[in-house]
Amino acid sequence: MNSIIMSFENVTFTYMQEDESVKPAVNDLSFSIQDGEWIALVGHNGSGKSTIAKLMNGLLFPQTGKVEAMGKLMSEESLWDIRSQMGMVFQNPDNQFVGATVQDDVAFALENNGVPHEEMVVRVKEALQQVKMADYLDHEPHHLSGGQKQRVAIAGALALRPRLLILDEATSMLDPQGRMEVIETIRELRKATGLTVISITHDLEEAALADRILVMNAGEKQLEGKPDAVFRSGNELTNLGLDLPFSMRMTHLLREVGIELQGEHMTEDELVDELWTFYSKK
Amino acid sequence: MDILLQEVGYSYAKDTPFEKRALTDVSLHIPSGSYTAIIGHTGSGKSTVLQHLNALLKPTEGSVMIGGRKIEAGVKAKNLRDVRRQVGIVFQFPEQQLFDETVLKDIMFGPLNYGVSEEEASRRAHELVEQLGLPPEVLTKSPFDLSGGQMRRVAIAGVLAMEPDVLVLDEPTAGLDPRGRREIMDLFHRLHIEKGLTTVLVTHSMEDAARYADNVAIMHNGRCVVTGEPVEIFSNEEQLRDYRLEPPRTIRLQQKLEDKMGIKLDSISLTEEALAKNIALALSEGRDSE
Repeated sequence: MNSIIMSFENVTFTYMQEDESVKPAVNDLSFSIQDGEWIALVGHNGSGKSTIAKLMNGLLFPQTGKVEAMGKLMSEESLWDIRSQMGMVFQNPDNQFVGATVQDDVAFALENNGVPHEEMVVRVKEALQQVKMADYLDHEPHHLSGGQKQRVAIAGALALRPRLLILDEATSMLDPQGRMEVIETIRELRKATGLTVISITHDLEEAALADRILVMNAGEKQLEGKPDAVFRSGNELTNLGLDLPFSMRMTHLLREVGIELQGEHMTEDELVDELWTFYSKK
Repeated sequence: MDILLQEVGYSYAKDTPFEKRALTDVSLHIPSGSYTAIIGHTGSGKSTVLQHLNALLKPTEGSVMIGGRKIEAGVKAKNLRDVRRQVGIVFQFPEQQLFDETVLKDIMFGPLNYGVSEEEASRRAHELVEQLGLPPEVLTKSPFDLSGGQMRRVAIAGVLAMEPDVLVLDEPTAGLDPRGRREIMDLFHRLHIEKGLTTVLVTHSMEDAARYADNVAIMHNGRCVVTGEPVEIFSNEEQLRDYRLEPPRTIRLQQKLEDKMGIKLDSISLTEEALAKNIALALSEGRDSE
């Protein structure tokens, strides 16, 4: 259980290296992710998150430092083997469909990988069951809602039985319901399979569910820790252009108007409880 | 500038086997100077309504009055140039529409097409870049070398450069980080006030609708089912749920608190700041009465 599935060691990457005025998109970054963890990688637009995603799957290689995944150093030789063990889901649900039906789409990568037909049928079904889309086998992808599309995209990744699932802002284009559906799907997947998940996001409510949060700023790691510890750094997060979960924002606003709350509340229920205690004592 | 939809119906691919009805009997008044939020579940017809606001789509039934101009079903609408200038639409992910070599040229493109002089178009671009909080250097850069948040602002500047009377916003903050989102929404609110614009916001965010709008319309299954002030709309939880919408988080929290404590706060809290004040007030009253 305690094996490292992905690690960055002093990784630096600069786009247009020849131009000295261009700052590194990722600067001397180190972190490691354990097998079975759910990590949220958060940061404002332009903080280096997408570059990190590209370094993780070998679309880019570090100019200094090294990336290791699945126990192997990322290189031209190893990247195909590494990629076969990770699934990725991107931001725009409409840009990642190739199949004419939901099941064709989920089967696409399996076909590319030469999985035999009988095995394919089983895996497609299973993957769609995992994201609760098994009733939509023959539906056309473009008739689905945004949340459904992203769940199908997740199924497409799961069908390859990856060890690691990377979600690159997979919820940011969805409406609130769609976002909830996808987050709920990830939660259940994690419960059922213990799959390692890296979610790149600026939705702090989503990040709050992760085991650990890495906060990026200007290509560097600014904060790292369990969600409640990271959120407790309050102003530091807001100064980075990020935000706190709603209940914590309310806690701060209530202090500003003179209500001396003790706790930092990660959930609305906790906040309501303390307010109630506060009220009944008066 | 007022916009008035009267019994508007719209079918995509009308009179073909693929005909699909998107709007039915929509009557909606967007008063001049108002900040109107159009909310509704995905697929409720919000985007179709939006495209009627500057005659990108023409109703297949009923009529749309845009200022003094009437667009009527079955009547050919000619020369829509004025309408298109007066009603500016910021579409979702507007940065996808950037195309020119430099930011300056991109922003000037619209006004130049409408016969505005080089000098005036350039003046507007410079002014807008500043108003949108972008550094002046960006004017000479390629729009494609900017960050996502900056590209969004440039695209918005391109719409504002036409000096529209009505600004229509379709999920203008989708995909932006929290600070970017707040900055852009505050900016639109400021422009709304300073320029006396009529603003129409199409959004999934009940929080934004509650915070900024003074007029709210709910779309459901291609119909405009309710219009009213935010306070009425958002305090009616049952109605919202009927239309598959959630009340804003502030109101949900207020409700939880009221249920738990067995009290009623003074007013419906449309913003987080208002909720904090309302709670403080209730707590101090609780203290006084004992």
